Amino acid sequence: MHRLWASTYKEILLLIRDLGGIAILFIMPLLLLVVITLVQDSTFKTISDIKIPVLVVDNDKGEVSKNIIENLSNSNSFQMLQKSSEEEAKEAVFSGKYQLAIVIPKNLSASLQKKVDQNVEGILSKFGLEADTLAVAKETIPQKEVRLYFDPATQVSFKSSVKNGIDKMISKIETQSIYNAFQTELGEEDTEPIFETENFIAFKEILPTKNNEEIIPNSAQHNIPAWTLFAIFFIIVPLSINLVKEKNQGTFVRLRTQPVNYATVLGGKTIVYLIVCLIQFTLMLLVGIFLFPVMGLPGIDVSGKLPMLYMVALFSGLAAIGLGLLLGTIAKTQEQAAPFGSTLVVILAALGGVWVPVFAMPKIMQIISKISPMNWGLEAFYDVFLRNVGFVKILPEILLLLLFFLTTIVIAIIYNQRKNAV
Amino acid sequence: MIQINQLSKKYKGAEDFSVKNLDLKVEEGEIYGLLGPNGAGKTTLISMLTSLLKPTSGSFTINGLNFKDNKNQLKQLIGIVPQEYALYPTLTAFENLQYFGSMYGIKGEILKKSIDGHLEIMGLSKFAHKKTATFSGGMKRRINLIAGILHQPKVLFLDEPTVGVDVQSKNVIIDHLKLLNKQGTTIVYTSHHLNEAEFFCTHVAIIDRGEIIVKGIPSELIKNQSGANNLEEVFLTKTGKALRDYA
Repeated sequence: MHRLWASTYKEILLLIRDLGGIAILFIMPLLLLVVITLVQDSTFKTISDIKIPVLVVDNDKGEVSKNIIENLSNSNSFQMLQKSSEEEAKEAVFSGKYQLAIVIPKNLSASLQKKVDQNVEGILSKFGLEADTLAVAKETIPQKEVRLYFDPATQVSFKSSVKNGIDKMISKIETQSIYNAFQTELGEEDTEPIFETENFIAFKEILPTKNNEEIIPNSAQHNIPAWTLFAIFFIIVPLSINLVKEKNQGTFVRLRTQPVNYATVLGGKTIVYLIVCLIQFTLMLLVGIFLFPVMGLPGIDVSGKLPMLYMVALFSGLAAIGLGLLLGTIAKTQEQAAPFGSTLVVILAALGGVWVPVFAMPKIMQIISKISPMNWGLEAFYDVFLRNVGFVKILPEILLLLLFFLTTIVIAIIYNQRKNAV
Repeated sequence: MIQINQLSKKYKGAEDFSVKNLDLKVEEGEIYGLLGPNGAGKTTLISMLTSLLKPTSGSFTINGLNFKDNKNQLKQLIGIVPQEYALYPTLTAFENLQYFGSMYGIKGEILKKSIDGHLEIMGLSKFAHKKTATFSGGMKRRINLIAGILHQPKVLFLDEPTVGVDVQSKNVIIDHLKLLNKQGTTIVYTSHHLNEAEFFCTHVAIIDRGEIIVKGIPSELIKNQSGANNLEEVFLTKTGKALRDYA
């Protein structure tokens, strides 16, 4: 116990003597969290609050194009800017000046009307309501296309959401035209609509509740668990470098000749770096609770969740420390430890679902992600933060993280024993 | 005290043995110097005797114990002063010594008194609370030595303890080692300083290419080597004048 305390005290001294290192350990994760949340929050706003300038070339100048432009303007997502030629709009978008251009084809309104009238008359004639029109030969109406130009640098997710939005809007206009054609053909007064054009099927999102209040997830609640975990796992880098330094500066050689086992040496490092992880976590929570609202970002609510959140942070920290100690035990130089450690964290984060949700990954990656400790930690954090579950629900993830820590430590000790056996 | 039997070491991929079928006996209270040109196998031998290297074959005991069966007991019995400064540069001299002393299980007031006493003898008391990164080579060597003797080892292994230090530091180190020896510590040390070894050691062994060429009391070795007036001349006669460069 005395040796473990001495090792811990030595690690504390080494850490506090490196002020630059401490600053990096604590400030960089906070910076990462703030930047990522700001960026992600603005991504949400891109779709909801901020107006994206969109070029529109209206070759139709009819009812349909008027509808499209009006609907897009009213959606609060786009600021519509008229351009006279398709070539000009294409040039502006492909050069990156604008993200999107919409080109509405010539005679779109007339052709749509003609097509709808043709279809409606066809239907009505089947019911014997407009027998005289059957004699008229069916005119072929060429299909019209609304052209979309995207800046090649535009992200796929943004393109998809815009395409879906426009597609939905055009479908609505088409449906509306069909209803209007029926109304006209049936000779009803415009003032008394015979069709209800409002959507019959509506959607309602049911959220988890706490004390009968719905918990609405926001970007901060998604980001804080994900990036806190990312920061916690980055402890692998300084920790593995710390061990490699011991080997290179000769202190480890002295320790090997002393009556102290490797587990005690690792124990001292584990205690200190676990404290570092928990301080990091506390700072990130404080930023989420107090700083985010000041910055205009959504804050987080941790009431009633703190014990479980700290439990997840503690075991995630242990898993990260185990990996760092194993890497430091195996690596011979800092040049091996640092790049490998940081790349490994990024890979584990990607596998764990920090960037792309696990359900959206290919099947094989979904299976691999199940063996990423970051995935266990992230799921446990989401369970507590967003799904509002009890301790029993997070127990499997906690146990997996603990098992991972124990496994990595045992491998590190065995590796060291074999390497230095006499 | 130390009994070495047919001890050999061949590094992975090496063509020759670094230490080859070496037999040696060091009695309690001796100061035994292992002398030899670069690459002779001195550091390899000390590394095996201090559990840092696994021998390829052969065996040895220290005080009747071996590392296989009595690892911790033996580690408590021996002290090592490695050739490189095995110190934490951002810790003070006192903090370094406190840590390494604790690893021997020494604690509290006993540890503090031991550290203060050694620092005093080595003339480093006023630098006790300065970071070792700011120390000169000689000061680091002296701290390096204290770290290996805080637990009053029965056997002390030193690998080039005076290399790269000024005459004053060298004298302090040698005087302190003599004092330790008087107090009952058996010393095994390697050195390139043959004059130092001649006057400091009770016994020496000249090693070349992993084998002992000659061993005995320095004055007798000089007497027995015709034409030799000092240990350096014995050394050159036995090992030759060819350069020993290894990569």
